Amino acid sequence: MRRAPQIGLLADGRRLHLQDGPIDLIVEARGSETGLAAAYQAAARRFIGLLDELCAELPLLRQAADPARCPLQGTVARRMHAAVAPFAAEHFITPMAAVAGAVAEEILGAMVQSARLARAYVNNGGDIALHLEDGERFTVGLIDRPDAFGLMRTTSIGSGDPSRGVATSGRHGRSFSLGIADAVTVLAPTASQADAAATIIGNAIDLPGHPAIIRCPAHDLQPDSDLGARLVTRDVGELSDHEIADALAAGAGCARHLLAKGLIDGAALRLQGKTVVVALKGFDATALLLPVSHHRPMEGVLHA
Amino acid sequence: MLTDTTSVTAAGNADKIRCDACPVMCYIKPGAAGACDRYANHKGELVRVDPHIVLQRTVSHGGRLVPFQAGGDWDGKIVHEPSVFVTAIGAGTTYPDYKPAPFIVSSEVEGVDMVTVVTEGIFSYCGVKVKIDTDRHLGPETATVRAQGEAVGHVTTGEYGSQMLSLGGVHHLTGGSKKEGRVTCDALMDLSNCKPVELTIDGGAIVVVQAGRPPIVNGVAEERMRVGCGSATIGMFAKQWHGKVDEVVVVDDHITGVLSEHQAGKLLDIADSGIKMKGRRSTPGRYFQVAEPGTGWGGTRISDPLSVLGPFDPKTARPGLTMLMVSTTGEHAAYYELDAALQPIEKAMPADLKLSVERIQENCEPALCTVLFMGGAGGSLRAGVTDNPVRLTRSVKQALTRVTSGGAPVYVWPGGGITFMVDVTRLPAGAFGYVPTPALVAPIEFTMRLADYAALGGHMDYVRPLASLKDNTEIRQMPESSDPGRRA
Repeated sequence: MRRAPQIGLLADGRRLHLQDGPIDLIVEARGSETGLAAAYQAAARRFIGLLDELCAELPLLRQAADPARCPLQGTVARRMHAAVAPFAAEHFITPMAAVAGAVAEEILGAMVQSARLARAYVNNGGDIALHLEDGERFTVGLIDRPDAFGLMRTTSIGSGDPSRGVATSGRHGRSFSLGIADAVTVLAPTASQADAAATIIGNAIDLPGHPAIIRCPAHDLQPDSDLGARLVTRDVGELSDHEIADALAAGAGCARHLLAKGLIDGAALRLQGKTVVVALKGFDATALLLPVSHHRPMEGVLHA
Repeated sequence: MLTDTTSVTAAGNADKIRCDACPVMCYIKPGAAGACDRYANHKGELVRVDPHIVLQRTVSHGGRLVPFQAGGDWDGKIVHEPSVFVTAIGAGTTYPDYKPAPFIVSSEVEGVDMVTVVTEGIFSYCGVKVKIDTDRHLGPETATVRAQGEAVGHVTTGEYGSQMLSLGGVHHLTGGSKKEGRVTCDALMDLSNCKPVELTIDGGAIVVVQAGRPPIVNGVAEERMRVGCGSATIGMFAKQWHGKVDEVVVVDDHITGVLSEHQAGKLLDIADSGIKMKGRRSTPGRYFQVAEPGTGWGGTRISDPLSVLGPFDPKTARPGLTMLMVSTTGEHAAYYELDAALQPIEKAMPADLKLSVERIQENCEPALCTVLFMGGAGGSLRAGVTDNPVRLTRSVKQALTRVTSGGAPVYVWPGGGITFMVDVTRLPAGAFGYVPTPALVAPIEFTMRLADYAALGGHMDYVRPLASLKDNTEIRQMPESSDPGRRA
C-alpha cells in the first residue's frame, strides 16, 4: 500500500498533528506568524521519512544496548542509544525505551532551528520535548490512568528550570512494563532521557512474586517485542496499603538514585491511587477534579 | 471484515500474521494488535480494531471527516448511487489512513498546556437494552443480571408480553472490578454483534439471549409471545367461544381473564358458571396474582391450571358444565367438565375449541430477543464535526442532521446530548468493537446538507468528494430488517 503520513492542523487550527505508523505527535508553538509557519513546515519536513529511518535499524534498536558503544547510524537512533546507555550496565534496556522521547526531540529540534519561537512542545503520546525562551513557562498536567480521569495534577516548568523533557511510563501504556506502576512521570533535561528513565523507574516499582500480579512473556503478546521472553505485567489485583507503599518506595529509591546522578530532575510515581513525588518542585498536590462544569469540556475525553 | 488496503503476509507460523501497514512490519498474534494498536489479527485476518474511536479521533485530531448529502430515503446500501452514504465503519482504514492517537495528549484543559499520560483510553457511556419476548418469569425487577458470574446489568420493567433487561453502562464497565468491566464489555460486544450470550438472573432464570433469535429460558427455546394479557385474550376470543363452551379461563401471571364474569362475556349474555378464582379481583372477570410468577402456564409457576381455582359455587354451578383453560400463548390448554360433585374432570378437547387454541397460537408473534445498542455521542465527537459542538446537537434535534449507526437508522432520545439507540441486527456484521479500557466502540455518522454543514461551522476545508473515496470502499448490502439475526 502507499503510506502517507498524516500531517494537518487540529480542529483548533493551532496545533499540528503528525502521524505515521505508531508515531503520533501533537505539536504547538508560540511565535510570530511567519515563524510559526516556518516551524510547522520544518516539523512536517523532518517528519516525512523519519519512521523509515528508524525501521531501517529496527533489529539493532530492539537489542539490549551496549553501555560503552553505539552501533547505530541514524540521528534519532543514536539519541535513543545515548538516552538508555547510562542504564545499560545495570539493567536490561534497549534503545526502544527512548523512541518516543527521541522522536519528539528530533521534531522539536527541526522547529527551533528553523524559526525563533517563544515556546514550543512536541508531545509524542505523553512523551514531550519542550522549548522555552527566557521568562516562558509551561504547565503540564499529569494523569495517572487514562480510564480513571477524575484526578489530575499539574507541574510547572519555567525557562530557568533544567528540564526540557517530560515522559510517562506505566503498565497501561502501549509498551509493556516489567513493573506494576500505573504511571511514572519523569522530568529530565531531554525528552529521550525522561523516556528512558521513566521506563527504568517504572520497572523498579514492583512486588516480585506477588500472587495478585499476573505476568506473561512479552513475546507471547508481541512476537517481535524487544523484551523477548521477559515477563511483563498484564494485570495487578488489589494490593494492601502496605504493599503499595513498599512498591512505591522501591521506585522512589530508584528515582532518587537517578536524581543524584543528574539523569532526571524529578518524578511522580503512582500506584493504585497513591502518589509519591521525588524532587518535583511546583507540583500541585491539590487534586484538580475533572471534568467540572466551568471548565471547557476536554476534547476526546467525554464521548460515547 | 473491514475494508482494508493493507495486505497481509503469511509468516510461516499460520496463526501469526505480518502487517505491512507501516515499515515497523509487526508480527501480530491472533487476538492481539500491532505496535500502533490500530491493526489487529482477527483469526488470521488483519483488521482495524476500533472504527468508532478512529472516527472520533479523526475528528478530534482535525482529521478530515467526510460528510455527504444523502437525498431521499436511504435504500439500505452503505454506499449507493446517485446519493451516497458513508458510514463510520472502518473510517480509519479506507480514509483517512489514520491511527488512533493517544488522544488525551490533544486534550485541552484550562490552565494546562499539555497532558502527559501513559496511553490512550476511552470513556464509555453505553449499554444495551434487551427485550425478551416471554411471559415466563425471568426474575424480579431490579434483580442483578450476570454473565460468567459477573454483574453486567439488571432486570428492569416488564412490558406487554416482554421482559426488559438493561445491561452495561458506565457503572458495570468501569465502576466495578476489572473482571466485571471486562465481562460486561465482552457481553455487550457479543450481544451487539448478534452472538448468543448466556445470562443468569439472580433469583430467576438462566436465559440465552441472541439478537433476532428466540430466547432460551432455562434450556427451553421460547416460541411465541403472548397474544395479549388474559383479559385481552378473553376480549379477543369471546365471540369465538360463545356457544361452544360454558366457561373460559385465560391463565396469565399479570391479568387472568374469566369469560363469564368479563365484560365481553356479559355482552354475550354468557351465564354465571359459579367459578371461584384465587388471586385478587381487579375488575369483573380480571384477576391479579392468581399464582406465583414462574415459567409454567401463562408466566405463572403452575403446571396444574386447576390450582388457580377454588371450589365451584354449588348454588350456581351444575354438573356437566364445560370449561376451557388456556394460557395467553395457547401453548398450554386443557378442557374440563364438572362431575356430579362439581369437580372439574379433564376430558378430550372438542375440535372447535382446539381450533380456538390454535387461533390464539397463530396470533402470537414469534418470540424474539431484541437488542438495542444505546450510547451518547458526547463532547469530542461533536467538537470534531464542528467548531461549535452544541450546534451539531441542535441540528440533530431540528432534524437537519440525520444520525445513523453503521448506516442503520437510530432513535435519538430527546433531551440533552445526542443519545441514540440502534437495533443491532441492522448493522453490518462485526460493526462493534472494543478497546481494553474496557469500552465498546460503535460507528456513528452524521449526515446533513453541505450548506447546513457550513452553517454549523463545519470543517469545510476537509470535505472530500465521494469519487475519491469509493475506490477503496466496500459496498455492502445491509441485512433485511425482516430477517433479523440472519448474519449471526
